[in-house]
Amino acid sequence: MKEFLEGSQAIAKVVSLCRPGVISAYPITPQTHIVEGLAQLVADGKLDSQFINVESEHSAASLVLGGSATGVRVYTATSAQGLFLMAEVLFNIAGMRLPVVLTCANRAMSAPISIWNDQQDSVSLRDSGLIQFYAENNQEAVDLHLIAYRLAEDKDVMLPAMVCIDGYILTHGIETVDMPTQEEVDKFLPRYQPPYNLDVDHPLTLGFLADPDYYMETRFAIQETYKEIVKFMPQLFEQFSSAFGRSYNFVEKYHLEDADKVIVAMGSVCGTIKDVVDELRKKGKRVGLLKIMVLRPFPNQQICNALKGISRIAVLDRALSLGSIAPLASEIKASFFGKKKAPKIISSFIAGLGGRDITKDSIKEIFRQLNQKEITGNFIDLKPELLQAPLETTLGNRSF
Amino acid sequence: MSELQVKSLFASGHTACAGCGQSIAARLVINAAGSNTIIANNTGCLEVFTTKYPESAWRVPWVHSLFENAAAVASGIEAALIFQGKKDKISVIAQAGDGGTADIGMQALSGIWERKHDVLAICYDNEAYENTGIQRSGLTPYGASTTTSPSGAQSFGNPKLKKPMPEIANAHGIAYVATASVGFPQDLQRKVKKALSIKGPKYLQIHVPCPLGWGYPSSLTYQIAKLAVGTGLYPLIEYENGMLIGVRKISSKSVEEYLKPQRRFRHIINNPDELAKIQEIANNNIKKYNLVAEGN
Ligand SMILES: Cc1ncc(C[n+]2csc(CCOP(=O)(O)OP(=O)(O)O)c2C)c(N)n1
Ligand SMILES: [Mg+2]
Repeated sequence: MKEFLEGSQAIAKVVSLCRPGVISAYPITPQTHIVEGLAQLVADGKLDSQFINVESEHSAASLVLGGSATGVRVYTATSAQGLFLMAEVLFNIAGMRLPVVLTCANRAMSAPISIWNDQQDSVSLRDSGLIQFYAENNQEAVDLHLIAYRLAEDKDVMLPAMVCIDGYILTHGIETVDMPTQEEVDKFLPRYQPPYNLDVDHPLTLGFLADPDYYMETRFAIQETYKEIVKFMPQLFEQFSSAFGRSYNFVEKYHLEDADKVIVAMGSVCGTIKDVVDELRKKGKRVGLLKIMVLRPFPNQQICNALKGISRIAVLDRALSLGSIAPLASEIKASFFGKKKAPKIISSFIAGLGGRDITKDSIKEIFRQLNQKEITGNFIDLKPELLQAPLETTLGNRSF
Repeated sequence: MSELQVKSLFASGHTACAGCGQSIAARLVINAAGSNTIIANNTGCLEVFTTKYPESAWRVPWVHSLFENAAAVASGIEAALIFQGKKDKISVIAQAGDGGTADIGMQALSGIWERKHDVLAICYDNEAYENTGIQRSGLTPYGASTTTSPSGAQSFGNPKLKKPMPEIANAHGIAYVATASVGFPQDLQRKVKKALSIKGPKYLQIHVPCPLGWGYPSSLTYQIAKLAVGTGLYPLIEYENGMLIGVRKISSKSVEEYLKPQRRFRHIINNPDELAKIQEIANNNIKKYNLVAEGN
């Protein structure tokens, strides 16, 4: 049914349709509306779930770890500082092969403290073992939660999954969303049947100490699982499409057929890029967009196939790897290494950090700069007046 | 039936040091708790010596996640059991060392006490971070030399008193708080059973001597444990709903008898001033809890 909803409310609703038995979270902007929504659903008797307010994100993640280990579907959500307080636990959840699902309402990392959007938080956890999805709009945010649970709980996967949605832009944005019914969700996502869990009738030891004779194989096993995920995800996307009529893939190709300049990006900025592509195409420019929907597993093959033969690529990162090439750009470049039909130019651009708007002009500027010379890490929309000031003020440290 | 006749829920063959007080206490705890128990365990010696892959000493469901989060994990287990409708039949224990309890795990522990989860939190108090090589913790006693509070020309070892965990637990208004000692196994098991018979959060702190960390011959674990109690340095106390309901009476031996066999107190023994300070700690406990039996 079509509903006009705030992103957070839409996510709360779809999560409740997934019937998690244990929910735990800690307040942090811009995530908070999601769990407030779930708290209200539980309070109103519309969702049968143990909703537990904890004293930190570390405990929220630990609590859902315990719930998942006991064999119950669980949910948590967070942002930025909260995600990093969870980080230790999230690596642990992945290593223990527990299908926890969480939402990351993307927010910039402190310092300076900022409650506004970029993707530094989730992107920095790309090595944690979490499956990572990125939504362009609230419909995708809703749908990706259903896909996340299905994938995470698959017996051949058993890994945590994180759905990343741009803070404020999506969490607080009000859009029309086609909300699935409970029956549809129950059919697509049956009750969780844990392949292993803490059960007094079948004692299980979970969380061993592994010495050098054993540790490496456990990590290898996760790596192998990721290869399998890449192979059978298309099937899952297919099933989703026949259940709900909306089609997704690792990547979305927007006007790539004859394109000679393409931007690669993740998340809500893709909406703006599509508008710009439409405008420029009307003027006869051969431009396009490749939207990355899944960062882990990283879909190298799909990306290479989509971009092969295109001469100039701009990768737009809303995160940095300070001291090196921006994360997405670096992975895309690596994907093409040694490939015959690699683009001539893969330039890297950084925009929208700490909530700075990425406007249509910002996107046009990227297309403009995407010419014969490869660029590594150009920041778009920097303010020259701030850069001329002493470094001290640029850093945000000032004495008065 | 004696414990030997029933299958212990804590298998032998683990890799604890000879004379390890914690391993004895852990076996007493789980055998008292019974097979309908799920344990969440913090990182520390107990976790390391019982679950080195591919072997496990645990015949109950057992999970180790991290150093500081067993309490939070346990509250998730409890929540899941409630959701599954199984909580009434199953006990949940969150167990940790003194460091995992009083220092790094304090926040999560305070959280489950405040939220009133039906979880028994157990602290195996060997009075230092033993697993990482005998560093000082918030429960290291006054005067003990550890690798991070060493005695030396300018130092008499750990300069601070033990963090008053039972009082902190009581301040949360929880149902049951007690201390126990591996030197008094029946008392220990009675307290585990009593704790588990009460719904809500419970805290049990068990004194578990560590031959390696404290520097005494491994055959002396029981004697050392008994002396800690007998001198008044480790009072065995029991609270229900914040009310002191029981103390183990002692004949008040001199603290020297307890300190002397332990390398960690070697620098104290010939220092009358420091010795007197430790005697005063014992005396204060004796007075506070009225530990000395009438007629003694
Ligand atoms: C976050 C974190 N910090 C530090 C450690 C290292 N560490 C593991 S066990 C341990 C000491 C455990 O001490 P305690 O809780 O007293 O248990 P014991 O080993 O003495 O029984 C430490 C410091 C860790 N694993 N995780
Ligand atoms: Mg210790």
